[in-house]
Amino acid sequence: MKYMLLMNVPLGGAYQIAGWPAADITAHIAFMRNFTKTLSAAGELVAAEGLGGPDQAKLVRAGARGEPITDGVFPEAKEFLAGYWVVDVDTPERAYAIAAEASAAPGPGGRPLNLAIEVRQVMSDPPSDWTPGA
Amino acid sequence: MIPRLDDGAQDLLRDLAPTVLCALVRRYRDFAGCEDAVQEALLAAAMQWPAQGTPDNPKGWLITVATRRLTDQIRADTARRLREHLVVSLIPADEQIALAADAAGVNERDETLDLYFMCCHPVLSQASQIALTLRVMGGLTTSEIARAFLVPARTMAQRLARAKQTIESAGRTFPDLTAQDRAARLPSVLKVLYLIFSEGYAASDGDELCRVDLSNEAIRVARQLWRLLPDHPEVGGLLALMLLTDARRAARTGPNGELIPLDEQVRSRWNHERIAEGKRILERALAQGAAGPYQVQAAIAALHDEAPNIEATDWPQILALYDALRFHDSPMTRLSRAIALGMVNGPAAGLAALDDLALDPRLATHHRLAATRAHLLERAGHHAAAIDEYRRAAQRTTNTSERTYLLLRAARLSDSLAGVELKTVVG
Repeated sequence: MKYMLLMNVPLGGAYQIAGWPAADITAHIAFMRNFTKTLSAAGELVAAEGLGGPDQAKLVRAGARGEPITDGVFPEAKEFLAGYWVVDVDTPERAYAIAAEASAAPGPGGRPLNLAIEVRQVMSDPPSDWTPGA
Repeated sequence: MIPRLDDGAQDLLRDLAPTVLCALVRRYRDFAGCEDAVQEALLAAAMQWPAQGTPDNPKGWLITVATRRLTDQIRADTARRLREHLVVSLIPADEQIALAADAAGVNERDETLDLYFMCCHPVLSQASQIALTLRVMGGLTTSEIARAFLVPARTMAQRLARAKQTIESAGRTFPDLTAQDRAARLPSVLKVLYLIFSEGYAASDGDELCRVDLSNEAIRVARQLWRLLPDHPEVGGLLALMLLTDARRAARTGPNGELIPLDEQVRSRWNHERIAEGKRILERALAQGAAGPYQVQAAIAALHDEAPNIEATDWPQILALYDALRFHDSPMTRLSRAIALGMVNGPAAGLAALDDLALDPRLATHHRLAATRAHLLERAGHHAAAIDEYRRAAQRTTNTSERTYLLLRAARLSDSLAGVELKTVVG
């Protein structure tokens, strides 16, 4: 079954990587690269992407003739999606374990960030508990 | 394990792919069908040659196999159409059996060239031109191209199928191209090859072993084009630019894929064979006159490649070349010119030039403007302002290695400022 692991980070919270010392940035990036590489080598990784910064984000709605109407960034947002992984695993527990690993990514001083990782199951067809003839 | 083709045979196959396709299209017209048949023949060769050995006449072998696949397809289609009472086969039945696709007396060179122009048909999106060029001229498989651009194979297969349909319904393709079509499309061909090269150059971080090396592919295909058009100065200019840039590739990234800027690269790790070859091709292109943007950029790359270090680089000459490029106004070359100006007349002059560039809406919020300003501010000793600009640039870029580089650059400056403050407090 597939799960999407979303890394939502609070604006102005612990994940202000730009303000960290160089050694901590290097350690964090090395951790993330290695994390994705390990998932990939284990055959569990489906996709992983980091997203561009929130100040480039646009909100788009269709206008009267279906034309795109873009809005600048939403200043009221308290957190933004920094990136995500999609993993294919046998059990939800495994997805949680992977999320916990990502959550413990090192931050300032090498201490774990303990970021909240949102875990969502990807819809599938047929359902995973469906067996033919049952 | 299934035996694999060695690199030499693989290159041979890819080099032959366009000529084999020409031979088929000349005979059967149906571009999409011929292209599929050639792909199947290339696959058959990859499966059979390792065990049976490369045939004495590899091109003839490929033409025979591709033709067989194509005629099977035509027969199947004809049978289907007969059933539907719609006999529209373009090719008389007797000609389907006479397989003289490898006919003598045709101008193979011109036809191969026309394939380039077909792949860069103006009705195609740039992404489709790139994909089709890699498949038709580069002989890459659909899944290789998909992996190179990190998109699912199905997406790439659809993109290629749509591209082939689009150019067939648009007309003005092989073999009906006019001299005007050819002249109008050459710039697109050069641009597509340059984009393929840049994609590979930006992506190269050492551990993407399963990805095709797009920079090498672009160089290979550009070399083929240069052999066909050795007297066209911009074709030589483009090939030289690729070689002179690619020569620095090994020195350009660190063990973790981090970008290493020109002034910190270990220049002994540059590929001096490539530099020598690039310079030879550039000299020949320059001798042909009519300097265009690729030649000028290649000349700039050559000046960097020749310099023992950043200080001993011939910056006045580089600045003069960027001034020559101003006729081909591009925001990125204007940024590079500001850097050169900063090296010749000091960082303040470079910063003043950037203030002018910031008025251009294409550049105002571009991360490269902030990154260039940060470098010049750092050189001018304005460290706090440089840190802000590095961070601004990091926030705006969408390239991971670039973001890492910019963040670290800011962090190192900030670390050293903190160190200085600490010393002041303690001391």
